[in-house]
Amino acid sequence: MSIVTVQLGQCGNQIGFEVFDALYSDSHCPQGLCSKRENEVYQASCKERFFSEEENGVPIARAVLVDMEPKVINQTLSKAAQSGRWKYGQHSCFCQKQGSGNNWAYGYSVHGPRHEESIMNLIQNEVEKCDCLSGFFIIMSMAGGTGSGLGAFITQNLQDHYSNSLKMNQIIWPYGTGEVIVQNYNSILTLSHLYRSSDALLVHENDAVHKICAKLMNIKQISFSDINQVLAHQLGSVFQPTYSMEGSYHYRRNPLGELMENLVPHPEFKMLGIRNIPQMSENSLAYSTFTWAGLLKHLRQMLISNSKMEEGIDWQVRPPLSGLPTLGKVSLNRELHFNTSIANLVILRGKDVHSADLGKQKLRAYIHQYTKFGIEEEDFLDSFTLLEQVVASYCNL
Amino acid sequence: MTQSVVVQVGQCGNQIGCCFWDLALREHAAVNQKGIYDEAISSFFRNVDTRVVGDGGNISKGKICSLKARAVLIDMEEGVVNEILQGPLRDVFDSKQLITDISGSGNNWAVGHKVFGRLYQEQILEKLRKSAEHCDCLQCFFIIHSMGGGTGSGLGTFLLKVLEDEFPEVYRFVTSVYPSGEDDVITSPYNSILAMKELNEHADCVLPIDNQSLFDIISKIDLMVNSGKLGTTIKPKSLVTSSAGALKKQHQKPFDAMNNIVANLLLNLTSSARFEGSLNMDLNEISMNLVPFPQLHYLVSSLTPLYTLADVNIPTRRLDQMFSDAFSKDHQLIRADPKHSLYLACALMVRGNVQVSDLRRNIERLKPSLQFISWNQEGWKTSLCSVPPVGHSHSLLALANNTCVKPTFMELRERFMRLYKKKAHLHHYLQIEGMEESCFMEAVSSLSALIEEYNQLDATRSMPVEDLPRLSVAV
Repeated sequence: MSIVTVQLGQCGNQIGFEVFDALYSDSHCPQGLCSKRENEVYQASCKERFFSEEENGVPIARAVLVDMEPKVINQTLSKAAQSGRWKYGQHSCFCQKQGSGNNWAYGYSVHGPRHEESIMNLIQNEVEKCDCLSGFFIIMSMAGGTGSGLGAFITQNLQDHYSNSLKMNQIIWPYGTGEVIVQNYNSILTLSHLYRSSDALLVHENDAVHKICAKLMNIKQISFSDINQVLAHQLGSVFQPTYSMEGSYHYRRNPLGELMENLVPHPEFKMLGIRNIPQMSENSLAYSTFTWAGLLKHLRQMLISNSKMEEGIDWQVRPPLSGLPTLGKVSLNRELHFNTSIANLVILRGKDVHSADLGKQKLRAYIHQYTKFGIEEEDFLDSFTLLEQVVASYCNL
Repeated sequence: MTQSVVVQVGQCGNQIGCCFWDLALREHAAVNQKGIYDEAISSFFRNVDTRVVGDGGNISKGKICSLKARAVLIDMEEGVVNEILQGPLRDVFDSKQLITDISGSGNNWAVGHKVFGRLYQEQILEKLRKSAEHCDCLQCFFIIHSMGGGTGSGLGTFLLKVLEDEFPEVYRFVTSVYPSGEDDVITSPYNSILAMKELNEHADCVLPIDNQSLFDIISKIDLMVNSGKLGTTIKPKSLVTSSAGALKKQHQKPFDAMNNIVANLLLNLTSSARFEGSLNMDLNEISMNLVPFPQLHYLVSSLTPLYTLADVNIPTRRLDQMFSDAFSKDHQLIRADPKHSLYLACALMVRGNVQVSDLRRNIERLKPSLQFISWNQEGWKTSLCSVPPVGHSHSLLALANNTCVKPTFMELRERFMRLYKKKAHLHHYLQIEGMEESCFMEAVSSLSALIEEYNQLDATRSMPVEDLPRLSVAV
């Protein structure tokens, strides 16, 4: 079954490229620990899921690229084409001339309705190319204008048009010390809208991934492409084909469906987090050994203590909820766990974001930029209310 | 990709504009080696086949034939514009984009605004519409002028109203050169205050600059270069201030070095919109993030580095030094003290080989020494552009919306009141049709209201941060 990826905004497109690259390199990696037949089956399954075939054998990613200004899409397309191993479809991108200006209202109320038809047509084309659609994977950031505003709009549209398919939104939580000044407003509005229309929200924080790069991977000067590669690695392991109960050579057919079934038991609790180990630089790989038991133990520790990395675990813990199925692949291990840690994240960051927002809102700072495009104060209030409810329900757990 | 049109008004505006176009050409020449007309160049230039007579000559793709600046040059006396048209940049300007007169405005805002405004309104509209038609997607007007004179100040601000009515969707970024204390134009306080009212009401974003700061920067550079203290690490000619390697080979005119700094400011401001990078920042994002309330749109700018280092591989310490410099008073383009005032918002636009970790590290480092307003503690907007400016390996432009502009405005008001109380030189203004004493009073009260808004924000500094109650929801 196939997954159609929708990449929105600068962040979405940059990450999306790295994800497809990682998926492709992983499936065509020359060294492997399994037999040839296993590899071939795996490759076929991976390919079907994410790439469609073209005449001269170059796989095309099942993706739709959307951005309101051309620079990033052009860069992404050329990087993919340059690699020679896979590329994006020529007609799968949608682009305008002027960006959304970090304005959620502009992305949602202006760009959304204006370009709804064209974007949905593009998605329709991708969907028709699939034999069997498993669902949508939408990559976006929360701090900007296009990713957040247009992303919320598109997700809603997908809910209306493809109500039987599942949607998982990958959202990037911005740096705590600020990358965009109005990021709090944009994040609150995005989260509240996505909560109503998405099936699952996979959250990644820039801060956490940055720390992983710094501490575990020993990168001195971390660039956004380093951060995106780590993210791609984690995302790849979520979506790569996993064995089903029928034994080897049979891969699970419905990735999104299975994930949702196990991880989102109640529509109120949709937020998911990823813990991925091992994370280390390529150089240290030669000096480390892994055992399956060791990895699992580490993973449990990370979950219990609510940390994202193997190092620096803080041992003040509270009794956790029970774990859920582990999905493993040959040499990597990650666990997608719905638990109190995400709840903590929502509560803690929610608190910061809320207090920052309430302060700003009280003085109506920046609000004139949003009311220009039709988002009124009541919309802000609605968003606050919804998120407070979410936080409250998580608190009750 | 969007386009921007530069409107240069008055002597000051045109001279700065001239440096800007020169620098822009150099920058694009350095980046665009193959001579293909791409989207980055199209943001400021048109590609024209000059063999075609009339307007049909626009070429949108392919090799560069002849570049024309997207500019409108306005001056009420001919000297400066004529010099530009006879200089090396004459081919860059379309002769149809000029509006000139002979007599000048006599350093009188009323003449510039009321007399010439009325006289040339139609022509101005026509030229602006023409330049807008040549654009695929016009995003922003950059207006360059001075506040102390007559044309730049009066006609320049008249333009703002015209632009707002005719092109309401297009941003208006104004680069204003404020008169310094020892300004030689006696009526500059009148002109500036009258112009401020227009800026308050019709501009989206104002970058105030004053000559004294620019002069200080030049002196500092000269000192550094000539003292030889830093040894071989500094190149003798700073490309920020000199036009080394440019079209103008003759000896530099006195204001050239200072104007080059402003030109650099404008180029760095638009760099992330024109060139690629890992974290882009468009012009509409500047307005969105740095202007929390519509009236408070005055941004203090500072530029680093000011001199070119010979060493291309800059170690981390130097990079951090760049960030610290951006927050020092020596690098600001207007005299103000942001470190001791309240920040409402701050933007850091980095160019060159700088990564997000360097940015994060420096923000963490500098934050404790800066005071941000209570509701915008993380009020940073960042952008990373991969293309460095000409002659440098990286650079940083910091734009701050800070209450430190308040003293500047208050001083201006002081000077105005000193003249106004004695009614000195007032008759020159009042004899112009349409000018009355009420115009002056309105202008002063507009400025006072602005100062009051800044005051109120400053007052929150001493108040304890109240914990706002969260919404309580029934679960």
